[in-house]
Amino acid sequence: MDIIHTDVLIIGGGLAGQRAAIGARRRGLDPIILSLVPAKRSHSAAAQGGMQASLGNCTGGAGDNEDVHFADTVHGSDWGADQEVVRMFAHTAPKAIRELAGWGVPWNRVARGEHEVVVDGKMQAMEERDAAHGLITARNFGGTAKWRACYVSDGTGHAMLYTLSNRAIAEGIPVHERMEAIALICDGERCCGAVVRNLANGKLLAYTARATCIATGGFGRIYRVSTNAIINEGMGAAIALETGIARLANMEAVQFHPTAIFPAGILVTEGCRGDGGLLLDGAEHRFMPDYEPQKKELASRDVVSRCMEQHIAAGHGASSRFGEHLWLDIRLLGSEHIDTRLREVKEICRYFLGVDPAHELIPVRPAQHYSMGGIRTDSSGQSPHLSGLFAAGEAACWDMHGFNRLGGNSVAEAVVAGMIVGESIADFCASPAGDLRVSSALVADACAAQARELEAIAEQRGKESVYDLTLAMQDTMTARVGIFRDGDNLATAVEELAQLQARARAIGLRSNAPGANPELVAAYRLRRMLKLAQCVALGALQRTESRGAHFRADYPRRDDARWLRRTLCHWDGGERPQIDYEALDVMRMELPPGWRGYGAKDYLPHPDTEQRQRQVDELAQRYSDNREQRQEALMPFLHLLPAHLRAPNQRLEDTP
Amino acid sequence: MTEAAKNAGARELEFAILRHNPADPDSVPREQVFTLHEAAGMTLFIALNELRQHQDASLQFDFVCRAGICGSCGMLINGRPGLACRTLTADLPRRIQLAPLPGFELIGDLSVNTGKWMRGMSERLETWVHDQALEQLDIDALEQPMEPEQAEAIYELERCIECGCCVGACGSAMMHEDFVGAVGLNQIARFRLDPRDKREDADYYALVGDESGVFGCMTLLGCEDVCPKDLPLATQIAFLRRRMTAAVIARG
Repeated sequence: MDIIHTDVLIIGGGLAGQRAAIGARRRGLDPIILSLVPAKRSHSAAAQGGMQASLGNCTGGAGDNEDVHFADTVHGSDWGADQEVVRMFAHTAPKAIRELAGWGVPWNRVARGEHEVVVDGKMQAMEERDAAHGLITARNFGGTAKWRACYVSDGTGHAMLYTLSNRAIAEGIPVHERMEAIALICDGERCCGAVVRNLANGKLLAYTARATCIATGGFGRIYRVSTNAIINEGMGAAIALETGIARLANMEAVQFHPTAIFPAGILVTEGCRGDGGLLLDGAEHRFMPDYEPQKKELASRDVVSRCMEQHIAAGHGASSRFGEHLWLDIRLLGSEHIDTRLREVKEICRYFLGVDPAHELIPVRPAQHYSMGGIRTDSSGQSPHLSGLFAAGEAACWDMHGFNRLGGNSVAEAVVAGMIVGESIADFCASPAGDLRVSSALVADACAAQARELEAIAEQRGKESVYDLTLAMQDTMTARVGIFRDGDNLATAVEELAQLQARARAIGLRSNAPGANPELVAAYRLRRMLKLAQCVALGALQRTESRGAHFRADYPRRDDARWLRRTLCHWDGGERPQIDYEALDVMRMELPPGWRGYGAKDYLPHPDTEQRQRQVDELAQRYSDNREQRQEALMPFLHLLPAHLRAPNQRLEDTP
Repeated sequence: MTEAAKNAGARELEFAILRHNPADPDSVPREQVFTLHEAAGMTLFIALNELRQHQDASLQFDFVCRAGICGSCGMLINGRPGLACRTLTADLPRRIQLAPLPGFELIGDLSVNTGKWMRGMSERLETWVHDQALEQLDIDALEQPMEPEQAEAIYELERCIECGCCVGACGSAMMHEDFVGAVGLNQIARFRLDPRDKREDADYYALVGDESGVFGCMTLLGCEDVCPKDLPLATQIAFLRRRMTAAVIARG
């Protein structure tokens, strides 16, 4: 048994993991990144349209700042987010993008003078300021008051991930590729590292670390139709859950993206609609204004996806041999725009649909896209339940997205969280709690337990096929725990998932090939995916309200009085997850609950909302001429950030 | 939709796959033939997964994004390097031969270690922005401006997904194990174009000014023919060769 000792073990080689590793490295620690795949192939690379940061350089973004970004994000979250964390995020995002600009990301830039844009289906002229020429530009995205999604054509995530990966290589950070953490090593109080399986040769090894950070992305593959990469099976969240100590939060908050190509489920960016693209129905009628007269195609994703499914259910879909869908129309943007700003979209349409989007419609339908839930962390990124365990990015529930994430906030979160969590890890390692005394017996026992489990799976002689069971799980999730949910379907889903978990114990492998053994991988992951699926389904069943992406047809209203709280799941070794809740404190909110500006207008208010709103209004008035004092009075947050990230962000209007 | 795609659905496809599992001491490289009923819209991603799920659970291959953007699934498809995930079976003949991408360490069957190769290339060519001033980068201040066209030109080369198809199609790479390939030369071209990188041609010459670099290219141009991102590799290599020649002349 090989044991590798390191200061910091980062599990996941995407944007969040790489940036956290760089942060820890710069504080003098030795990090190792584990990655299922070569790090540059991580799912961060698939982000297309943009990264939100309130630079306000382009005319569409003029007047933008952290306050507007904060408000958009809280509205987007349907008040499910932790507002202090949203503030930390909105404040740091401009720094993150400027750091990436320095490191080499070729962000698209503002070009001075007049250019044409498509707004609400019509071509119109827009004038860019001389002074902004050459600064980072932005495009429009859903649920935002300003053009704030900074972009690199529609390969934003790719450019960001390559730059960060190259930076990590420059700093000598090792990435151990094709390595899968299959269990955390935990002494009951503290996380001490992980048991890891080498996916190339099947061997087990152990990593011990003073701090362990999970940055493994989301768990979209528990669904049948998902835009996620096939590696997004949630294993980081699952091994945290299996400690029985760390908790997962808001697992029922699952995002469905409006525009996945049909039927393959591959994403085409929200930038298509941000740049002026329209959604059409089977009769080629633009239907979104009928549902959302103000924001139209650019309401938040949860709202647009629901409208689309509702419209299909009402019989207005387009038919194909694969089923019903709708159309995305970007023809009006013109081929020059598509060739320069939407080239990945063009390639995807060409290869997977045989469609030229400059001249033809793109068949789309909502598909699972993002996991707002994940490993619960505090604002520093550490698990409040298990010392030494950190999480960042989509794998975490740091909780800046609440029940619906805005487009462009995911890659932004990944990098910002990496910047903050890398520092938190270094602070932790420098503190007495960061000392690690780990017994060799603990490590050996953890490895032996995993080895036994893998052997047991390999030796089961049951009749079940791992692939059939995986498909059954995915079908249950898509059919019963999807965009529209109700008590009956959710209760059935909970039962079906429990049955599948039982059947998974009767899986018989058909291959005993030495080495990688992909079938064995599928089998040990399925058990863990089923646990995550159970957290999602049970959380959704118990939450008898509708909030953000969690929509209950039988409880269609947001219910702040009962449900302004975060779902926490843990697994104590039994058959089902244990669920409890932590309240969100209205009296500490900078932005008390209200209407989002799109979507449903009726909700059941929290008893504290009125009082807090009065306080907020008073304080805002009292400090109307001093933004810093106002923030301190309303909801201080700068003290939660590392010292070097607290300075104000300069904008064009601040320059002489 | 292409004519071929419309006609799909009736064929019994024959997959001839080169198999070998280095972790198994008894394994010898061999061709194994599978048959599979073609379905509408079937890609090699769908086909290979069906083969693994229903015919041979030990079959190894790599997919991640299955959308043609991550570069995991480069393989030889009827002898030609390409991305399996976005290759439609309808565009292929009935008999489809699959083999691992040459030039890389074999992990098993169709899975090769492009990651290790690419990391080595990045370390060797130092594929990152070199600038002393980065130590004091002020992230609170306005970013440095850049001409919009310049940013777009850099992105043009930045689009490389390190899939390794250009290496698999490269005569020089087959003959010289340490040849950096079109992927490496494109990286040099990308950073050379970037005003944020303060390296000069003499620095780049030290990295690629020899047989394992730009002067090892035999201009067979297989790289550009197979590049799934349609990168202008031939132009970039030719340009880089001229600049590197100029650099050595300038040095005297």
